[in-house]
Formats: sequence, structure tokens, C-alpha cells
Amino acid sequence: MATHAAHAHAHAHTHTVKRYKGLMDWLTTVDHKKIGILYLLAGFIFFLVGGLEAILIRIQLMKPMNDFVAADTFNELLTMHGTTMIFLAAMPMLFALMNAVIPLQIGARDVAFPFLNALGFWTFFFGGLLLNISWFTGTVPDAGWTSYVPLAGPTYNGTHGVDYYVIGLQIAGIGTLLGGINFMATIINMRAPGMSFMRMPMFTWAIFITSVLIVFAFPVLTVGLVAIMFDRLFQANFFEVGGGGNGVLWEHIFWVFGHPEVYILILPAFGVISEVVATFARKRLFGYSSMVFAIVLIAFLGFMVWAHHMFTTGLGPVANALFSIATMLIAVPTGVKIFNWLFTLWGGSIKFTTANLFAVGFIPTFVLGGVTGVMLASAPADYQYHDSYFVVAHFHYVIVGGLILGIFAGLHYWWPKMFGRMLNEGLGKLTFWTFFTGFHLTFFVQHFLGLLGMPRRVWTYLPNQGFETMNLISSIGAFLMGIGTIVFVVNVIIAWAKPRNAAADAWEDGRTLEWSIPSPPPEYNFKQIPLVRGLDAWWKEKMDGKTAMTPAEPLGPIHMPSPSILPLIMSIGLFIAGFGFMYQNHWVAAGGILVTFVCMFLRSVYDDHGFHIDPEEEEVQA
Amino acid sequence: MSAHQHVEGHLPHEPEKATLEGRNKVLGFWIFLGAEVVLFGTLFSAFIALRHQVLDGPHPSHLFELPMVFAATMILLTSSLMSVFAVQAMHRNKMKALIGWLFVTIILGLAFLGLEIYEFNTYVSEGHKMNTSAFSSSFYTLVGFHGAHVAFGVLWISLLIAQLFKKGLTVVTAPKIYLSMIYWHFIDVVWVFIFTVVYLMGKVG
Repeated sequence: MATHAAHAHAHAHTHTVKRYKGLMDWLTTVDHKKIGILYLLAGFIFFLVGGLEAILIRIQLMKPMNDFVAADTFNELLTMHGTTMIFLAAMPMLFALMNAVIPLQIGARDVAFPFLNALGFWTFFFGGLLLNISWFTGTVPDAGWTSYVPLAGPTYNGTHGVDYYVIGLQIAGIGTLLGGINFMATIINMRAPGMSFMRMPMFTWAIFITSVLIVFAFPVLTVGLVAIMFDRLFQANFFEVGGGGNGVLWEHIFWVFGHPEVYILILPAFGVISEVVATFARKRLFGYSSMVFAIVLIAFLGFMVWAHHMFTTGLGPVANALFSIATMLIAVPTGVKIFNWLFTLWGGSIKFTTANLFAVGFIPTFVLGGVTGVMLASAPADYQYHDSYFVVAHFHYVIVGGLILGIFAGLHYWWPKMFGRMLNEGLGKLTFWTFFTGFHLTFFVQHFLGLLGMPRRVWTYLPNQGFETMNLISSIGAFLMGIGTIVFVVNVIIAWAKPRNAAADAWEDGRTLEWSIPSPPPEYNFKQIPLVRGLDAWWKEKMDGKTAMTPAEPLGPIHMPSPSILPLIMSIGLFIAGFGFMYQNHWVAAGGILVTFVCMFLRSVYDDHGFHIDPEEEEVQA
Repeated sequence: MSAHQHVEGHLPHEPEKATLEGRNKVLGFWIFLGAEVVLFGTLFSAFIALRHQVLDGPHPSHLFELPMVFAATMILLTSSLMSVFAVQAMHRNKMKALIGWLFVTIILGLAFLGLEIYEFNTYVSEGHKMNTSAFSSSFYTLVGFHGAHVAFGVLWISLLIAQLFKKGLTVVTAPKIYLSMIYWHFIDVVWVFIFTVVYLMGKVG
């Protein structure tokens, strides 16, 4: 690293790069911290949109034979709710935490590919925008988030609805894949000296494995979407039975992607919970190496279980039995994690901050979702549960009760690090109790609705089947979750108005490197790259009586990548091309693709020399 | 370790990995190729699942003209060998040889593309179109995806040749050359599988 500084001196005088301010700064930024905030903002807006769709669904189902929305609209709502929440809300909010935290936790100045990081954000954003523009053009995807054929094929879905789904998700998927590659490379190559793999914080481990899953799962979805797109736009026959196509092939392709996707969603939450529980129990994480092993094993098994979504498709008893057993196996490493969190809390001097409340609330909630998961894994029983509200209850317990509680825990925990301001604890606890209570009210009763025989994805139901009371309770719970979310927004707005005065080690018990630098960190994160001397690097230094990390390099000018508008324009090009393909206007499609290619050309031809920041000079100026 | 030690025309031993940026690129690109393996793996799976659904279209055993496809295979394999020579020239810091080998690589790539376009044209005229059957759809998608990769590679390497003329061989251009060469090998490996699974298996059954 010493040579790095020398290198910097050699070039420090040669390049001056234009720095932007205000809006242009946000449109051109390649700083992982700002990109994290962009992900959070966009992801949270989509979260509100998806939440609104959920509330409309629950209003429709509040009483029997309701006609609050039309049946067609209901199909559109449930499709867009699922698609938005998974691809445009949950994943971006995870990417927000990854971006905000990972480089700081591993003692790096940025990710491996800052430009690609910005490109990933903008492709996600414009993919999501394209998908949601369908509400304004009047043809909304309505074949469910799983988009099963032949329902999603051209024969039964002649309008442009599903086109928005396939093209929007392809564009957004580029961003996700880029993110996965970027974070894998970052974590392998950019760790501070001394941080071996088995000294990485648990959240970093979780994101590392999540990135592996993204890299190996998302291309499968891309191919599936391309195949549906070709069927719809070019009269191909992948899934058209009349042309020799095969509908079950789509189910396989979708779930070979779809099941790892579930772990892409939940593993980061596991990582967050591990950090929060250890920090606020003020104990080292119990069973660190078994936690690492469990996460790797869950990811591995996650690729082996896709057909448990297809037990009733008719794959035969042998396939069903094998996928049953493989699915049940996942309960073992997951159980390891649950017990490790409990043992971390055991005997600790626990602080029940909002973040920790969410984490502690996560544990039993996720166990409930896991137990119903094992129930569903039993193929014969699944014939009874299949396509009923029992399944809806199960996956909301793991996704909302797991992932969303995890994201809320992470947001409350890292908010001071991201923004330099503490969220109000009182309002935070109000968020927790309303959201948590609302969540269980909404979804606990849905287990029983499913067992009573209420099918999922139905527009309405008849009276006197024993569905009324539980549906009403479920809808009331949904409103309560909405209120919890609004309280969170209020909390954020109040925090915004307050001065930026969060301490570097905002919770005083921080264990990992991000708490050793100011909140929010300077543009270059670390004035000097720290030397890591053990697991929980910052905690170890504090226990040794130090007030700062030992630096691993001398002070010197720091090389930074230049901001660039190209990622935004490239994504706009894809966005335009998407509409061109959809409405079969080949000039528009070619024009959009051309914009993207010209940007790639410019990026390749003009070398980015970056610029240098001298931390000492900055301090003098300040 | 860093670039400035080598500014006087002395490139380090492996210039593509001389900087952290270069090492990041090489690692990131290998990960990207991992994703590409999954992409083509899925396309192959779809093809294998659907390849017997010929319907009224021409049967693969009549359709495929093995001699031409074999010629295309040899051309692409040779271009892959040329790209090995290119990387060797780069490691010896021989600019002219490097540019020469890159040039031969893309010429062979273009020849392959020409044969493929001719082949597709012939098939279409024989009634084997995108919408003929599930076999034809999955055939054109799989082989077409590969062809698009070749076309992109040709454009990419051409651009890199231009950059070599303009910027010379540096620790900035070397990783780009290196990546395009692993990309080219990857395309070649995919083609070996296409030749086996699509053409040879199509001929025998």
C-alpha cells in the first residue's frame, strides 16, 4: 500500500476532475455510500408502492363478495405487489445496506468497480420504472409474480402486460447481476491487511455468499425471461404447447432461479441480525465458524430444492421424495443459526434498542416461517397446502417476518453511520410494536384460512365459509403495518431536521470497522487503511485500550474514481430500447441500444484517471 | 507493484495484474464468466428439453450440414489459438506481434460469423424458422446467443486494437486485452459444446 501512496504523489498534480454539486452530484456519483442512499430511497419508494398494493388487496378481501376493485385489477395488484416487493423493494434495500456497509466493514475505500456500481443502481431503477409505467399505459402484468405459462404466454395474455414484466425485470436484473459480481470481487480482493476470510464480520460473510447466489441464479431468470419474450414478440415456441413447447420447462427455469432468490433475500437479513444481536448483547457472536458454515451450506442446498415449488406438477414420487428430503435438510443449518443467536443473547447485558427489538422479534417470527417451511417440504402434505393461504402465510413469515424485520433492524442500526443522525428511539419502538403486531395479525390467521381451504390469489369469497372473521383480522393487521411504516417515515423526517451529530461509534458497543470512522464517513472512508488484528477488529482495539485502529499505511493523497453520467445514460438507453421492443418499433429499439453501446464505447476509450484527495489538506481547510 | 515504476516502456511481468484495478478486473471477469456459464447452461437445458419437438419442420439429421459446421468449428478453434499467441506477445511486450495476432483473431471470428449467417439463411430457406417448432426456437436462441457473443467479441477486440495504436501497451490497456482474450476462449468452449450437443447429437438422434 505504500507504493500506492507513492503512485498517488507521482500523478497527484496531473489530473483535475470536475466535481458536481446538488442533483448532478447524485446523478453522477460512483461513491458506494451515496449509491447506497440512492438504493435506499428508490427501494423504499417501491416498498411504499408495493405496500399500497397490499393494502388495496386487503381492503378487497376484508369482507365476502366485496367489489372494491374489479377482478382484473385484483390480478394486476397481486402480480405487481409480489414483483415490486421482491425485485424492486426488498433487493434494493438489501443493496442499500450492502453498499453502505460492506466497504466500511472490510476496511476498503470503495467497491472493486465503482462505475459498475452506479450502473447497477440505474439499470435497477429504470427497470423498475418501466415495470411500473404499465399502470399508466393501462396494460399491467397480471399473471402473478411467477408469471406461469401458458397464462403469461401470447395465447392467454395478448396485451402488453407481461411484456412490461419480462423487459422490466431483464433491465433490473442486469443491475442485480452487476452488483453480485462487484461485491464478490470487492470482498475477495479489497479486504484490509490482516482481515482473513475467517475474520470477516458476519454481515460481510452473508453478503459474500448472497453475491455468489446472485451470480449463479440470476442468469437463469434472464434466459427464462428471454424465452417468454421471444414467445411473445417473435412467435417462438418455448412454452407454446401447440408448437412443441413445454410449460413445465418454465416452472423449472423459474424456480431454479426462484429458490436461490429466496436465500438471496434472507441471507443478508441473517447477517444483519448477527451484527445487531452481538452488538447489543455486548458479546462476541456465539459460534462464528458454525455460522459461516451454516450460511455456506444453506446457499449450497438452496440450489438443490427448487422442485419443492412443483410437488403438485406431477414429477413423480422419486423426484418429490428427493426434493422433500433436501428441503428438510435446510432446517439443520438454519437451526444452527437460530441457536447461535439465542446463545449470543444468553448471559449478555442486552440493550433493547429499536434495532435490537427488530432483531429479537425476528428470531421467533422466522422460526414460525421455518416450521411451516418444513411442513410444506413434506410432499404428501403439500398436496393439501398447495395454492392455499397457508403458503401465503408461510412465505410472508419468512420474507416480511425475516427479511423486512432484518432490513428494519439494519436501517435503525446503521442509520447513524449512513446519515450521521440518530433516529428517535421512542418513535423507533413505536414502529416496531405497530409493525410487529400488525404483521402477526395479518399473517398468523392466514395459516388457518389456508387450512380451512381458502385458495390464494382469489379476488373474493362467498360468505358463511368461516372465512369472514379471519380475513377481517388480517386486513386490520395490514393497516397496522401501514401505520408502522408511516411512523418510520415520520421518524426519518424528524431525524432529517436535526443536526448531524452522531458519534463515530454511535452505539458505543460497535465491534466492526465501520464504527472506527466518523459518521457519516468521509468520501475516502479511511484516512489510512487499518490493520486488522482479529475478529471484531474494532472491539479488539477498544479492549486493548486503543482509541483508533492501527494504520497499515502512511498518510498520503488518496486516489478516487471520477464521477460519471454514463451509467445513467446507459440505463436510459436500455429503458428506451425496452419500449421499442415492446411496441415492435425497431427504430426506437435500435436507437436505445445504440445509446447504450455509445456509452460503453466512450467508457472504454476515455481512461478514467480519477483524482486525488489529500486528507491532511482537507483538515487544514476545514 | 505500481504503475509509475514502469512508465519508461518497461512493463511488469504480467501487466494485466500489475495494479489493483487490473487484478479486480481479472477476478471480476472470471466471476462474470461464471454467470455466463449459467446463462448458456440454461439455454442448453432448454434446447435439450425441446430438441425432439421438430413438428413439421426439417429434422436436424437432414438439416445440419456437418462439413460446413466443422469448418466453422476449426476456424473458431484456430482463432482461439491465435488469441493465446496474442497474450504471449503481450507478456513479451511485443506490440506489433500482439496487434498482428489480435487482427488474425478477429478475421477468423468474422469468417465464423459469415459462415453462421450463411448457415442460418440456408436453414430459413429450408423452412427452419424461429417460429417453426420448439426445436427451431431453442436452436436459434442458443446458437444465436453464441453468435451475438462472437459479434460482440469482434467489435470489442477491434476497439482494443485501435486503443493499442493510440495508447500503446500499458497497465491500463493490458488488462483489457487479457479480459477480451479469456472472453474469446470462453466463447470457443461454448461452441465446442454447441457443436457436440446441437450438431453431432442432432445428426445421430
